[in-house]
Amino acid sequence: MKLNRRQILLLLPAAAVAWDFVLAGNPESSPNYKMSDHWWGMLIDIAKCIGCGSCVRACAMENDVPEGYFRTWIERYHVADWHIENPQVDSPHGGMDGFPPGKTEDGKNFFVPKMCNQCVDSPCSQVCPVGATFHTPDGVVLVDYDYCLGCRYCIQACPYGCRFFHPKKHTADKCTLCYHRITKGLTTACCEACPTGARQLADLKNPNDPIHAFLKTHSVQVLKPHLATGSKLFYNGLDGSVR
Amino acid sequence: MGEFKDIAHLIRLAGVFLFGLILFLVFRAVTIPKSFGQYGPFRGAALVELSSRPLAFAGHEACENCHPDVAELKAKGVHKSINCESCHGPLAKHADDPGNVKPVLPDVAQLCIRCHSENIAKPAGFPQVNVKEHFAGQACNTCHKPHSPGFDVGAKK
Repeated sequence: MKLNRRQILLLLPAAAVAWDFVLAGNPESSPNYKMSDHWWGMLIDIAKCIGCGSCVRACAMENDVPEGYFRTWIERYHVADWHIENPQVDSPHGGMDGFPPGKTEDGKNFFVPKMCNQCVDSPCSQVCPVGATFHTPDGVVLVDYDYCLGCRYCIQACPYGCRFFHPKKHTADKCTLCYHRITKGLTTACCEACPTGARQLADLKNPNDPIHAFLKTHSVQVLKPHLATGSKLFYNGLDGSVR
Repeated sequence: MGEFKDIAHLIRLAGVFLFGLILFLVFRAVTIPKSFGQYGPFRGAALVELSSRPLAFAGHEACENCHPDVAELKAKGVHKSINCESCHGPLAKHADDPGNVKPVLPDVAQLCIRCHSENIAKPAGFPQVNVKEHFAGQACNTCHKPHSPGFDVGAKK
């Protein structure tokens, strides 16, 4: 068969389209879990947190978080009566080993567990130059470790300080909201380990989730609402001094 | 048709563009992962990778299936809302293979004071002890049974 130039020019794009189709192959089997049925968040009840550090240890064990880095951590606030704008905050080793008893001074003292806020309009995903940080259809912000270049923009962008540079993977790393657990119908490691129920995983799309009754009857806040990040980490009884 | 008689150079140019387009399509097909866009503007396989991570914590339902007696005892006490692995540690391996992987009993001396040692920032109603004053040289579980400690919440400071 002899082809002239015109025939070759017509055939080549057709061949390219065919090749694209061949390369596409079969779509990968989706996990046995319907993402569009869920919208994950978390409820944190400040009044219930005892600062035992169970969540921090559980997170580190579940997710192999490297020593000295934290996907979740606990802060202890001391707010003096006369100085509410400048609370004293300590978090020895992320609260992993608990807290020293503390001084008896005036003012109030409380624990604030912190972790990724799973923002709907997350600053970290907006600054990623390669699209490595993405939003899943069920409302979790995740990092594609194969795409991440390790440029650290997201670490600077996160207003909550929830990201870190993984010393071994050399990528950005963060809380995945235990994506491997919640897609199997389990709760997150931190919620599983919390002895007082200060942390509750919440599925905002599930009408039977107790979060809805809770949100109707309590005044919850998110951290840094003025940044309009759309945080889905709801704090009950959050003090105004918490940053 | 008269005005189209000198179009040979345009056809050549179109050919160059077409070749570029084909190159682009081929490059695109080769470099973009197959699962990109499956669930959104990201690599769908990344979701599969992240969600296929092995478990460390089995979850309390797994414990209660095999240890209903302990679950029942615990459900009556003040520790009823505490999940098993909060104290016993991550035991997914034990849940998968109960015959070969045996859990280690937690060290009571460390375990109880994690939650019950006095701290200024703990909620006032939470039972706390000054470990040095309260500790009488015995392990906590000599008097307090961890699955059912038998004290009312809030009875003490």
